[in-house]
Amino acid sequence: MAASTSVSNAFRSTIVKKILMSLTGLGLVIFVLGHLIGNLSLLFGPEPFNLYSHKLMSLGPLLWVIEIGLVAFFLIHAWNGISVSRHNRRSRPVRYAKTGDAGGPSKKSLSSVSMIFTGIILLVFLVIHVATFKYGAYYTTVIDGVEMRDLYKLVYQKFHDPLYVFGYTGVMILLGFHLRHGFWSAFQSLGTNHPRYSGPIYTIGVVLAIVLAIGFIAIPLYTYFN
Amino acid sequence: MSEMTLKLSVWRQENAADAGKMVDYTLPGVSEHMSFLEMLDVLNEKIIAEGGDPIEFDNDCREGICGMCSLVINGIAHGPEKRTATCQLHMRHFKDGDHITIEPFRAEGFPVIRDLTVDRSSFDRIIAAGGYVSVNTGNAPDANAVPVSKEAADKAMDAAACIGCGACVAACPNASAALFVGAKISQYALQPQGDPERARRAQRMVDQMDAEGFGACSNHAECEAVCPKGISIMNIARMRREYLKAIIS
Ligand code: HEM
Repeated sequence: MAASTSVSNAFRSTIVKKILMSLTGLGLVIFVLGHLIGNLSLLFGPEPFNLYSHKLMSLGPLLWVIEIGLVAFFLIHAWNGISVSRHNRRSRPVRYAKTGDAGGPSKKSLSSVSMIFTGIILLVFLVIHVATFKYGAYYTTVIDGVEMRDLYKLVYQKFHDPLYVFGYTGVMILLGFHLRHGFWSAFQSLGTNHPRYSGPIYTIGVVLAIVLAIGFIAIPLYTYFN
Repeated sequence: MSEMTLKLSVWRQENAADAGKMVDYTLPGVSEHMSFLEMLDVLNEKIIAEGGDPIEFDNDCREGICGMCSLVINGIAHGPEKRTATCQLHMRHFKDGDHITIEPFRAEGFPVIRDLTVDRSSFDRIIAAGGYVSVNTGNAPDANAVPVSKEAADKAMDAAACIGCGACVAACPNASAALFVGAKISQYALQPQGDPERARRAQRMVDQMDAEGFGACSNHAECEAVCPKGISIMNIARMRREYLKAIIS
């Protein structure tokens, strides 16, 4: 049967908004995971990290594509997240005097009800983070006769600034919260729910959230205390 | 037989235009054998005897099957018992001296009519948008002429257990009607009888759900936990698949 809704109408539907959020959200999860693995080279000193970041920066046009893609993913995700949250607030104009938790099969948690809060903090953090590192001080170093950016020096400085280190740590805890609900939620938003796999997917999401949060917290704390 | 004295905070609101407020009552002599609604009946008799206006609340069969009763009790739609509509909730689950807060289902799509009664005709409009199967008139078809697999029949029956009470909306942090609409779309999508209209149905019902001002589903699953019939959020996932298939077909 032919669809009666136009494409522009479909993008106004809450279901399509959530599908866009889940696809971009999962894309961002893959990015964050890759980012963490790359950053682990920081633990091995200046050379491995600078070589790694030099390799990334030498990607040329490919890097451009990745960066534009990332910005687009963040914008689509955040735009729809804010839009959906505003819609949801309007859907209950009079609040309950008393709220409770029904328990049982419910997956409502502190992390599920604070998605927009953790999301907006992540967005603000992201701007500061990119300004601090990508567009931060440009030191140079020479490794094996090749001159390259000494990003390690900048990271080392920032990770010795207690304000930055503990702010960063706090935001990474919030990232863990965002993903604890976000990971499984993305699968449900995509319409995948199966009695055999949905339980494990929820568990994988919790483990992933903890691993990512601990991984991202470990690097600045290790640098700070060394 | 043990009797309880309860402290009740009940939402009172003259009409849709009134701002409304919580009003406190003390009710002695509550039997543990009463249902929650019978307890409210007793409270109403007391209020009437004292010259006041009784508290208005929806109810009909009082057997847990019609979907008329509602109420958010201590912050939980249909109260603390799992898979239990308010009419089947008995006072033995409370104890002497308890303070119970009673509020109407709250949602943009469920405006308050008076006190604890809300207008759930938005659900009727969602059904009217596509929650039916068009059939030609004439003789009833032969039994078993259209084969339905056992698995599909079971899933469709589970979805069709929805009594349309709206507790899913009341419990959802976003006041989303996704579980109700998911169940209604699923009960037809799973069976051959519903197949010819499935794309149009999914699209129209979802569009109507959004138009009625219900929120988006954030997958909190609080709805499944309060549903008196234990309808699974798997039906919400199916609704999304059906909607997606409909708009790209
Ligand atoms: C590293 C960054 C981020 C990652 C990895 C991420 C990941 C995710 C994932 C996987 C979901 C589940 C999607 C779904 O249920 O369909 C989600 C949901 C959500 N995200 Fe993000 N996100 C990130 C940043 C943000 C930002 C910057 C915002 C907004 C300002 C945001 C706001 C939200 C909101 C509001 C939801 C819940 C939507 C709902 O109500 O169901 N997120 N996120």
